[in-house]
Formats: sequence, C-alpha cells, structure tokens
Amino acid sequence: MGFLKVEDLKVHFPIKGGIFGRTVDHVKAVDGVSFSLEKGKTYGLVGESGSGKSTTGRAIIGLNHITGGNVFFEDKEITGVRKAKSDIRKDIQMIFQDPYSSLNPKKRVLDIVAEPLRNFENLSRKEERVRVQELLELVGLSPESILKYPHEFSGGQRQRIGVARAVALKPKLIIADEPVSALDVSVQAQVLNFMNEIQKELDLTYMFISHDLGVIKHMCDQIGIMYKGRFVEEGTATEIFENPQHIYTKRLVAAIPDIDPRKREEMKKFRAEVNTEYEQAYNDYFNEEGLAYSLKPISETHLVALPEKG
Amino acid sequence: MAEKLLEIKNLKTSFRIKDDYFAAVDDVSLTVNKNEVLAIVGESGCGKSALAFSIMGLHTRAKMEGNISFKGENIVGISPSKLNKLRGKNMGMIFQDPLTALNPLMEIGDQIGEALLLHNKELSKTQRKEKVIKLLNKVGIPRPEYVYEQFPHELSGGMRQRVVIATAIANEPELLIADEPTTALDVTIQSQILDLIKDLKEDMDSGIVLITHDLGVVAEMADRVAVMYAGQIVEIADVTTLFEEPLHPYTRSLFNSVPNAKEAQDRLHVIQGIVPSLQNLPRIGCRFAPRMPWIDGEAHEEHPEMHEVKPGHYVRCSCYKHFHFPEESKEEEHHGVS
Amino acid sequence: MWKFSLRRILIMIPQLFVLSVLLFVLAKMMPGDALSGMIDPNVDPERIEELRNQLGFYDPWHVQYASWVGDLLKGDLGTSFRFKMPVTELMGQRIVNSFWLSLATLILTYLIAIPLGITSGRFNDTLRDQLITGYSYVGFATPLFIFALVMLWLFGFHLQWFPTSGSVAPGSVPGTFEYVMSKLYHLLLPALSMALISTYSTIQYLRNEIVDTKQKDFILMARSKGASESRVYNRHIFRNSLLPIAAFFGYEITLLIGGSIFIENIFGYPGMGQLLLESISQRDYSVVVGTTLLFGIASILGALLSDIILSIIDPRIRIK
Repeated sequence: MGFLKVEDLKVHFPIKGGIFGRTVDHVKAVDGVSFSLEKGKTYGLVGESGSGKSTTGRAIIGLNHITGGNVFFEDKEITGVRKAKSDIRKDIQMIFQDPYSSLNPKKRVLDIVAEPLRNFENLSRKEERVRVQELLELVGLSPESILKYPHEFSGGQRQRIGVARAVALKPKLIIADEPVSALDVSVQAQVLNFMNEIQKELDLTYMFISHDLGVIKHMCDQIGIMYKGRFVEEGTATEIFENPQHIYTKRLVAAIPDIDPRKREEMKKFRAEVNTEYEQAYNDYFNEEGLAYSLKPISETHLVALPEKG
Repeated sequence: MAEKLLEIKNLKTSFRIKDDYFAAVDDVSLTVNKNEVLAIVGESGCGKSALAFSIMGLHTRAKMEGNISFKGENIVGISPSKLNKLRGKNMGMIFQDPLTALNPLMEIGDQIGEALLLHNKELSKTQRKEKVIKLLNKVGIPRPEYVYEQFPHELSGGMRQRVVIATAIANEPELLIADEPTTALDVTIQSQILDLIKDLKEDMDSGIVLITHDLGVVAEMADRVAVMYAGQIVEIADVTTLFEEPLHPYTRSLFNSVPNAKEAQDRLHVIQGIVPSLQNLPRIGCRFAPRMPWIDGEAHEEHPEMHEVKPGHYVRCSCYKHFHFPEESKEEEHHGVS
Repeated sequence: MWKFSLRRILIMIPQLFVLSVLLFVLAKMMPGDALSGMIDPNVDPERIEELRNQLGFYDPWHVQYASWVGDLLKGDLGTSFRFKMPVTELMGQRIVNSFWLSLATLILTYLIAIPLGITSGRFNDTLRDQLITGYSYVGFATPLFIFALVMLWLFGFHLQWFPTSGSVAPGSVPGTFEYVMSKLYHLLLPALSMALISTYSTIQYLRNEIVDTKQKDFILMARSKGASESRVYNRHIFRNSLLPIAAFFGYEITLLIGGSIFIENIFGYPGMGQLLLESISQRDYSVVVGTTLLFGIASILGALLSDIILSIIDPRIRIK
C-alpha cells in the first residue's frame, strides 16, 4: 500500500438559497478522486482555477470537510481526522501560497516557528530557542533573525519561514499549495531549489499543488491533472508532457508559452490544431455534464479518463 | 523603414518619500514603432509598471523628467485636457488585474461605452451601443447583448479581462500598453488573450508595449525586448537575439532561474541577494554589481552607459564582458533553445 | 432583490419578539401597577384585590404576556396616569413633532456632511482637509447636551434669534401658513444643534471611502480612457463612495433617537424624547413602555431600511 492513499475523495460544498437559506444544491469541488503518493517523491496536482486541486490538498490535511471517500496515511485511515494533538497533524504539514498573509505580522519569527513545537512538544524556553535557530539555519536564514517580525523579510525569506514552521515537527509529508506563485522568478528559483534540498535531507514527500506547468515539471515525479473536481489524466512528468493522451491535457500543455521565439509560427499552428481537436472531440472525452470519465490505465503509470468501451 | 510611434529619452520618474525623491524609473530611453510589440521584462519593483504609468501620465504625485514623445510631440508635463484627448483615443491601457480594473457598480456596456463617449461626442446612444456590442464580439465574448447589461462580478476573470481589452481598444488606439495582461489568468485563457492582442495589433497596425515578468510570454509575443532592473533598462535587443545571445549578467541570470516546461534542469540558478527597494537603490555604479560579488569590481563602469554591441542590441555597463556564473553551482550557461 | 427583502423582513419577526418580551419583563418589574394610582385610597383593599384578579394580574405570565401583546396589536398601550389619557393618543401628537425634528436634523446633517466629506476626501492631506477633519473631531469630542446648551444660550437667549422652547408659537391656527412657518422656526435651532454635532461619522466615513476609492484600479482605468478629473470624481469616485453612506442612512435614525432625548429636553420641544424623560421622572410607566417600544421598533425599521437600500443600490447584492 502507498504512503498516502486517497480513495474516491469527495468534497461537496452546499449552495444556500431560497428565503430560508436552505441547501438547494451542492458544488462538487472534488468529485471522486483517487491517487497515491510514493514516499520520498513529489506528486504534482495541476489544474486551472476552480479545478478542485487546492480543495483536495486542504481536505487531506483536514481543513475542508470530506463528503465521501477515504484517506489513508501509512496504512492508517485519517479521513476527517481533526484532533489537533493527533500524530497525523504532526506528520502532515502544509505550506501556503501567500507568504505575505500566512504569517501573523504581530508575532516574532521565534513564535511563528515555535508554534507547532509548543503544541506538540514540551520544550524548555532554551531548548525551544535552540531548535528554532537550527530550523532557521536549515532554511538558510541567519539564526539571529528569530527576534524579527515578518515584515522585515522579503517574500522569498518569508516563504522560507513558512517552510521552517512546516518542517519543525519533522513531518513526513508536506502539502505545498502554490508555494511559489506569489514570488518573482529569481526568488521562486531560491525556494524551489531549497525545497529540493530539504526533501533529500529530511526524506520528505511533497504534494505540490500548482497551476504553473513549468514549475510542476521541474519539481514533480508523478503528476495528476484535475478538471472540474475530477482527474483527467495521471502519469509521470514525461508521460504528461511528452505524450499527453486526454484532450484536456493536450490543450493545457499546448497552451504553455514556448521559450523559443523562433518556434512561434510552429506553436501557433500546433495550438490551432489542438484547439480544433478539442472542440471536435469534446463529446468523446467528457460526459453529458461536461465532466471527465473515470481513469483507465493505458500503461503501468499512465492513466487517462476515457469513456467505457462499447 | 519602421515608423516611430513612441520615443522615450532619458526618462526619470521620481516619487517623494519623506523629504527626498527616489527614482523608480531612471534614465530610460526606448522607441516603439508601429505594428511592433516591445516587451518590457523584469521582476517586481524593477520599475516596469512605473514606466507604463509614466507613458500614460497616470502618476498623479510623481516628478517626471526627460522626454516622452508620442508621434513627434512631447507629452511630459502637457495639460490634463490635452492628455485626456490622447488617453483612450490614441493610447489605451490594459490593466493587470481584471477583478479590480472594472467599476463594480457600472454595467459592462457603460464602462466600455464611456471610452467611446469621451472621444466621439457625435455618436448617438444607439450607435454607441451597437459599437460596444461589436467590440464585445471582437474580443470573443459570447452573447454580447446580454453581457452588455451585466455587472463585472457576474463575469469570470477571463471574460472581465476581455472587457478591459475591449475598453482599451474601443477607439483603435495607435499605442496599446498592456501591463501584465495575463498574469492573473489561467494558461489556456492566457493563450487566448495573447492571440487576441496579436490579432488586434495586426488589425489596427498599433504599437504595443507589453509589460511582463513571464519569459514565455515574451518569446511568444515580442518583436523587441527591453530588460529592466532597478529602474533602468539593462539590455535591449530583438527577441531572437535576446533569447539566443543574452549579454547582460542580469538577463543571463534571469533566463537560468526560470523552470522550463520544455527542457529539464537539475538546479535553477539563484540570483544572490534581493531586489533592492526603491529607497535602497544603488545610486552610482552598476546597479547589478552587488548581486554578483564574485565579479571583480574593476569590470564595472563608474557611470554605466548603454553600449550598442550590434545594431539594435544595447547593453548597459561593460561588466557583461567579464561575467561568468559562480564556480560552485556548476551551471551550464544558457544558450537559448537551439 | 425581492427575495432578499422578504428574507430580511422575516428576520425582523424574532427581533420584534425579543423586544416585546424585554419590554414586558421590564414593565412587570416596575413597582406598582395600573391600579395603584387610579383608585381612591379609601376603597377597601379587598375590593382592590378582587379587581386585580378580574383584570388578570395573577394569571400565569404567558397569559399576561399574550393579552398584553393582544392589546398592543389593537393599539392599546394602556393609560397614562399623569395625563389620564390613553398612551397612544398621548404619543400621537408627540410623534409628529419628533418626526419633523428628525427629518430636519437628517437633512441638515447631510447638507453639512456630504460637501465637507467630499472636499476632505478629494483634497486629502491639504489644509482644507485638515480644517474639516479638525471640525469633525471637535464635533466628536463635544458632548451633545453641552453644545446644545451653548447654542440655546447663544442663539436663543443672548441673540434671541430663535425661540427657546415649544414646537409652535402659542395661538397659531393649524393649517395656516404662519403655523407651518412657526413650526419650522421652532425646530431649526434644535435640529441644527444636533446636526452640527452628529456630522462627524458621516464626514469621516465619506472622506475615508473617497480616499480609498481614489486608489482603486478602476479609477486608473477611467483616467486611461481619457476621463477628465471632474468626470472621474463625479461618475466613479463619488458614486461608489456614497453607497455606504446611503446604506448608513437607516442606522442614522437609531442615532437620532438617542440624540433627540437630550435635544428635546434642552430645547423644551414636545416630542417623544421629552415625553420619555418626563415619564421616567414622573414614574408614568405605561408611557415609558410605550415610548421605548416605539423607539425600539424605529431602530429595527432603520436597520431594515439600511439593508434594503443597500440591496437596491449595490448590484452585487441586488442580483442574488
């Protein structure tokens, strides 16, 4: 069994309506997704806004209410576990998108990073301080900065503080929700390199949620593509980028701007072809509601959402 | 010969902080021709948006020095009424965030119609509506009659950005300034919007200033590229030259730090240090020097100038001749995609 | 919008219920009852007890509450022992006076606050703005009753420009032009006193709203379309900034009620506020309950009005 296994996960949000605000319908933010993460690897979850990728991440860690399905972590069921003191909360941590709003501006770095330690471990003041300084060193910040406040740091440094907080309890899995989307390219490079380094050092598993396909390709071993709450395709980075099978994936990959200005005409033609194919084949790849079918394996690692044969 | 539309010479835009002025745009000179896309690339805080706002005259409390000549006429410091005749008619602007660029209390039709109303008083109400609907059609908005009466919050991000574009091009401006037009959008929508801007350029024969931080967007769209760092242009060249033979240390570093969906990299290049804030800009010498301390100080000019390396390819400071990536990171130099 | 309004009105039902229960409990807690002041002390106490039984004073509380609410709905609020007349009739004359005073105060408040707020917001951090902000802070810091007394002394007694009490000159005939003018003349000074003090919140709210809106992207976009400064202000900034002010309108009524209690007493203006205070000091409980109930209902209606106005002018709520 896998390291983290998600089975038929569903997260539905109620829509309130009518005069009495009763639930009239549901938004199926996540509508039956299954996947598993391998230890020490990086799993990428890609999709456009509204695809349900962030909701999936948040549901695993217990920030969203799970409507249906199961989540197993190291063979233990953790579906909907919310108890603050449980080990699962210690083993799975999250890094958020916006380094500007995810750190409490009124707290010192020491308090921010030590917060999870205080929740789970009984350390003396001095031990705590030493641990925080070690952690800051690990993320490449000077140990003297423990008494500073978040606004004294740049965006990249803040994201490192967020990472220091996330790794404080030596977690096994980190769910990173768009960790570099708010950062400039050169800062983004710092954070990505650094995430790779600590992955090796601490034997971490990442679930990397992003809409940026360049970043996903750079970071991930296995990739899942989401659309309207369902998976349309899953495979290794090479399979997804070199040999996309689902029409949605094809269109998504084709839309990435090419870094070579000489290929402009070629890309334009290619995109036009893919778009025509997308329009023509839309009904073959999506059901009447415009949703993806369930995944069918086409090789050992490559799964595509195709309709039942016949 | 290409026809010059916009020519900026030694532009300096400064903001007052406490008792001192700080230049967000410093010594910028560039030209934009008709039917040409000039991309301005840089990271946040490099002054690219301040430059765009300077061209449009949107800074209300800034000191502007130098020359911006639009169709041969200097527009720095001209009267508001003269400026208002140009804005929206001869030059249009596409804003970055479609969620905030539209007035939440005004119907879509009125917002686009306002651009027409201001510059074409002869149009009757019905003519104006007809034209707005044509514009909505042109930017690919389905059911334009219906959208005409909707409010911004009823549209998706991609649709709102189309409305912003429709407004900017309402009077077929000769110059279009697009400030990160697709940054807030998903990649498939981005490709549609970029195509739309390209088509409009061909249709109207306009010059476009495209402000972006995304090198992929630059490669797809630009004819020429200017790279900005700390308020200055550090390199300017046509797009293929810039991607294949980047010279300035900053340009080269930037290229190496971007993860690329098309080819695999082990490690991304990291530019040392941080982007200096407006108040901490180095005021003398090469502004990028503090971020490449392994390069000998002698390599830099005391007052870095733009040098024409090849026709049309300019680089600031002579340090590019001595630049190499630091030893320990063992990075291959980026030679573009060949 | 209809759905929203209907829902909003339904929410009022529990609010009104809570209000009525509170008032009922308060009324019951007050010493004495309707009979204490009305009956000749020479009447036999046993007979009084009998009367009390007949009138249901010893019924369980919910029965009493039900009959009280029943009377309310019929418009029967009991009898004032001081004036020996039904409370409803007593309040009837006062409501009209209070209504005109409140209306005049509201109009004056907006006449003063909106131009000042707009000037302050448009030219923020200039001398003009600082003067206006200074004025509104003084207004904020000055207690209403002191300011009103000063106004009364200065314009009423010292300069004698305005009458010092009453709502109309004695001897005026209702319906004549003189009568209306006299009414207006009498309420001008109290209304002005209250308006000058209560503009603070509206001025500052409007100022901050304008300063905030000025920096929005859609304002830059309007400028980039070629809109002149005056158009940018009139069509985009003011419109969007006045919206929260309009929504605030209903709550303004609640504030007015508090103010009118002071103002009407100081200026001897026969309105609801004066009636309330007098009745409290004279222990005329049925009148106290009646006026408090009315004030409570007015506040609830004010909040309702605010929400409905907002839903009409803000498309983001209107569509839902």
